[in-house]
Amino acid sequence: MKILVVDDFSTMRRIIKNLLRELGFTNTHEADDGTTALPMLQNGRFDFVITDWNMPGMQGIDLLKAIRADDQLKHLPVLMVTAESKRDQIVNAAQAGVNGYVVKPFTAITLEEKISKIFERLAA
Amino acid sequence: MGEPAILKNKDRLALAKDLVACLEDGRESDASRVLGQLGGGHEGQLYREVGCLTRELHETINCFVHESNLADIAHSEIPDAAERLAHVIRMTEDASNTTLSAVEDAMPLAQVLSNDSRRLVDALERLQRPDNDDLDCLAVGKDLESFLRDTQANADALNTRLSQVLMAQEHQDLTGQIIQKVIELVRDVEAKLIELVRLSGARKLQPGNSHKGDRKSDTGVHGPIVPGVDKVDGVTDQDEVDDLLSSLGF
Repeated sequence: MKILVVDDFSTMRRIIKNLLRELGFTNTHEADDGTTALPMLQNGRFDFVITDWNMPGMQGIDLLKAIRADDQLKHLPVLMVTAESKRDQIVNAAQAGVNGYVVKPFTAITLEEKISKIFERLAA
Repeated sequence: MGEPAILKNKDRLALAKDLVACLEDGRESDASRVLGQLGGGHEGQLYREVGCLTRELHETINCFVHESNLADIAHSEIPDAAERLAHVIRMTEDASNTTLSAVEDAMPLAQVLSNDSRRLVDALERLQRPDNDDLDCLAVGKDLESFLRDTQANADALNTRLSQVLMAQEHQDLTGQIIQKVIELVRDVEAKLIELVRLSGARKLQPGNSHKGDRKSDTGVHGPIVPGVDKVDGVTDQDEVDDLLSSLGF
């Protein structure tokens, strides 16, 4: 399972990588913005994306829309992990095709639950 | 030019009659001169009063700028404050990285302890079966000794990592103090701005007249919600997110 973690704060990327390692996912890669993430996804054969929302170059919501608009990438599962908690933002993300939404601060258990749920739904 | 005397009514009447006479005679330049005399006193008075007010306002503003250190605030304190906050970001990032490194080292150690313990428990259980022999006992004994030595080393290493995590938290005290200073500056600037608004006689801006709202909606993002400060229609925890999404069928 090849996973891309996208967040402009390196400490947050590190925390998520560690949590993923605890869950058994060791093939993880990092990007610091939507603009650097998109080419990695287009060239990379990734299986899963975890992304923040608020990033300076290209925000998570725009990365999500770009993924869903790309024929090669549109089925890629995307989990948003973000401090953005306005109701209409959450709804926008869901309507744009996000597979899961986790608000910061979050726990390891929450992350695990959401990831499992996404894979269960995909398998079904 | 000396201060023109304030005209009395009888002088004005005399001048007015003179003006009429000039006009009736067609003496235009004389009429203009008399007209100047009639209005001159008042014009002069108006200029004097405006001049006075302008000087007063100028002095008040100069005084205010000087006493409130506005130049200092603009040229050094605010740039300083920005640098202080940037420093706080660096300190908190360093502390996080130190903590994460300690954790990344510690977790495998704990895992090793757990795995080895389990393996030894199994070996000890096998020993208690009737078909074991002395060689088994010896082997398990050696294993146990080796495990206990490793455990001591691992426990010491874990202790060291935990101390590193403990010490990394000291940043909170330091960053707290730095941020406190910036808060003081912000309050100071706030007070001075209010004073400036008052001095300039502007109507007090009603909250909401300003364009604060527009600035935030530029990118649509809001950042973490600060309790007591941010008033947005947001969720407060993961359960609310989940409820919102399932209520909409996602």
